[in-house]
Amino acid sequence: MVETGHFALVLAFALALVQTVVPLFGARMNNRKMMAVGGPVAVTGFALTALSFAALAIAYATSDFSVANVWENSHSLQPLIYRITGAWGNHEGSMLLWVLILTFFGALVAAFGSNLPATLRANVLAVQGAIGATFFLFILATSNPFARLNPAPIEGRDLNPILQDLGLAIHPPLLYLGYVGFSICFSFSVAALIEGRIDASWARWVRPWTLVAWMFLTGGIAMGSYWAYYELGWGGFWFWDPVENASFMPWLAGTALLHSAIVMEKRSALKIWTLLLAILTFSLSLLGTFLVRSGVLTSVHAFATDPTRGVFILCILTLFIGGSLALFALRASKLTAGGLFHPISREGALVLNNLFLTTATATVLIGTLYPLVVEAVSADKISVGAPFFNLTFGPLMVPLLVVVPFGPLLAWKRGDIFAVAQRLMTAFAAALLAVLVTALFIDGASVFAALGVGLAFWLICGALTDIAVKSGFGVVAPGVMLRRFAGLPRSVFGTALAHLGLGLTTLGIVGTLCFGTEKILSMHAGETVQLSGHTLRFEGLYPAQGPNYSEDRGRFALLGADGSTSAVITSAKRSYPARQMTTTESGIETIGLSQLYLSLGDEGTDGSVVVRLWWKPLVTLIWGGGLVMMAGAAMSLMDRRLRVGAPSRRRKPSGAVPSASLP
Amino acid sequence: MTRKQKRLSVIAGGLAFLGAATGLTFYALGQKASYFYMPADLTTASLQPGQRIRLGGLVEKGTIERGQGATVAFSVTDNQKEVKVTYTGILPDLFREEQGVITEGTFRPDGVFVADSVLAKHDENYMPKEVADGLKAKGVWQESKSD
Repeated sequence: MVETGHFALVLAFALALVQTVVPLFGARMNNRKMMAVGGPVAVTGFALTALSFAALAIAYATSDFSVANVWENSHSLQPLIYRITGAWGNHEGSMLLWVLILTFFGALVAAFGSNLPATLRANVLAVQGAIGATFFLFILATSNPFARLNPAPIEGRDLNPILQDLGLAIHPPLLYLGYVGFSICFSFSVAALIEGRIDASWARWVRPWTLVAWMFLTGGIAMGSYWAYYELGWGGFWFWDPVENASFMPWLAGTALLHSAIVMEKRSALKIWTLLLAILTFSLSLLGTFLVRSGVLTSVHAFATDPTRGVFILCILTLFIGGSLALFALRASKLTAGGLFHPISREGALVLNNLFLTTATATVLIGTLYPLVVEAVSADKISVGAPFFNLTFGPLMVPLLVVVPFGPLLAWKRGDIFAVAQRLMTAFAAALLAVLVTALFIDGASVFAALGVGLAFWLICGALTDIAVKSGFGVVAPGVMLRRFAGLPRSVFGTALAHLGLGLTTLGIVGTLCFGTEKILSMHAGETVQLSGHTLRFEGLYPAQGPNYSEDRGRFALLGADGSTSAVITSAKRSYPARQMTTTESGIETIGLSQLYLSLGDEGTDGSVVVRLWWKPLVTLIWGGGLVMMAGAAMSLMDRRLRVGAPSRRRKPSGAVPSASLP
Repeated sequence: MTRKQKRLSVIAGGLAFLGAATGLTFYALGQKASYFYMPADLTTASLQPGQRIRLGGLVEKGTIERGQGATVAFSVTDNQKEVKVTYTGILPDLFREEQGVITEGTFRPDGVFVADSVLAKHDENYMPKEVADGLKAKGVWQESKSD
């Protein structure tokens, strides 16, 4: 089975080469037969990659330690779920997952793209094939997951304990669906540049793919953030760690792309910019893959541990980013510029959004890469952490958030800012009320905290105002209003939901950062501690045994007003003998939207234990807002104009078949 | 305003915005980036009072002292010089004697390093990369690895 997987991977590589070369030449020579090769080859390539991935997953599930990769990252005592998820909890397996998703998206284009102009479809599949081919080669040459060991060891070395978690089971696939989903936008952009032609139907195609990728990336980042929050035991939800930034940059650029694609679709403006953004977004995904996979992150010298991998991905990076930007420089002037608009208009608001988001992306990029540059140039080792990002990213985000509610209410082409401001009066009043209530009634609320809460309410009420205004609330009779409400395009709800989610996340962040409390103390069994009105009693440490670990569980009773136990919170120190590693399992109790979070430290000589406690108000909204944003994207995908399908081009090239609907 | 003036003012606004963002970024890099030092580097480094740095090295054997509550004191060494560090909080799971560690914080006037975060990220050798590189550069890597 393992050899089958390896063989399937080699075949998939060969097919990816065919997928690159044949349709590309077919499109150049206008040969329909050659162009038609792309579709079936893409689907077959996906099937082979899936077979290969299944072979690896089976080797993991059955603990086949004759495979080096399984031996290094699995253990026969692990629960089945972690034996399977271990398949992508390591470098080789996760790269295989990466290409699996890449070929999956290629197959989707092949399956649903029958109404695309034939040359565009052929070029898209060719570019997709080229990306696939380089990554297949990367896996086969430097990161083969199927290498055998002889003799086979009896027992594996265990998956890294902090990765033995359900969050990890979901996080990488979601993240990769997002990362790699942007490859479609990239392929469409490069295909448009190869053809030297771009029009509104191109945007109609690119926007849903952007939405899909963005939705999954949002989910992946939110999941990753929650995983880091409860698994690392540090109580933080975002660390500005380079690995996190690597996924955050494509998200920021992708968000900008999502917005500029709207302008392009509706108004045929910002064509060249949208195309460039699509290229940049996927380039940032590739850069993210490079940063995470090459080990370059903690230090430039990590190249020394496995120079081939890092250099190889760097070559891929240069090839695709450099190649696509060079093509852009050559061909962009051929593309016609679109419609004009007044600065104060929906287009203007979306341009402002793009300006802020791309600048924010740039600051994150600089902060992430600066240490690498400094170390390469001067051998000084520096680190750029949260203080830098708070100082640069924060000031860029706040004004953007302030103008968000205006955008959807402005008219296309030329908007009336005063009329919009009037409509937003209620939302503004609600936000002001929130500021006053926070400042006056919550102890220890700083001015910043109050303004932060106000900003969150401004976003939330602004999103609701958008829906209310568009369904004619207070202007028309209730019956008409309901009918208008039901008749609103799904994409309007999508926008409102996404902006609502943004407001909820903001509220969660402000609540946790400004009103959270924290205590570190050493406790004996039987002692109680007070934290923000909650009383906890430490019951003691109890040893317990898991399938592949042993642990000391610290039990804490959350006491009600009458002194009775209302909940039991458990935090544990786990020790995994296979890797001789200790991990801390945090104890979390969700109360409303807030959480009590505690984690155990070292045992003292006198039997006391160091305990760190946090009260995190509204913390669940941080990830809840992410889920609402995802729901917004899903809602937008269900929009009628996407279901019915893009109109065919006016000048149809040969072979265009306007029949099937979009995914 | 004529159309040309309008366009110019929009472009000027955009450039001013980008300029401000660039300025802020470089100011923040100058202010907020923290440098990494090993104990022996500190003799030649010129630190401002209160400047945040990252201090890395090995946790010296037999120096871990648990004080009041959650406060811990230990020494970080590169086998040439050592620095006393105090930290209040929960030490990472991988914190051990003679293992690599990175602490971040500022120096107190009496020369004790007050850390507000302690990292013990590791690779196979239980050694943060910066620390491993630093030890290699000082030629004490083999010695520290074999004992």
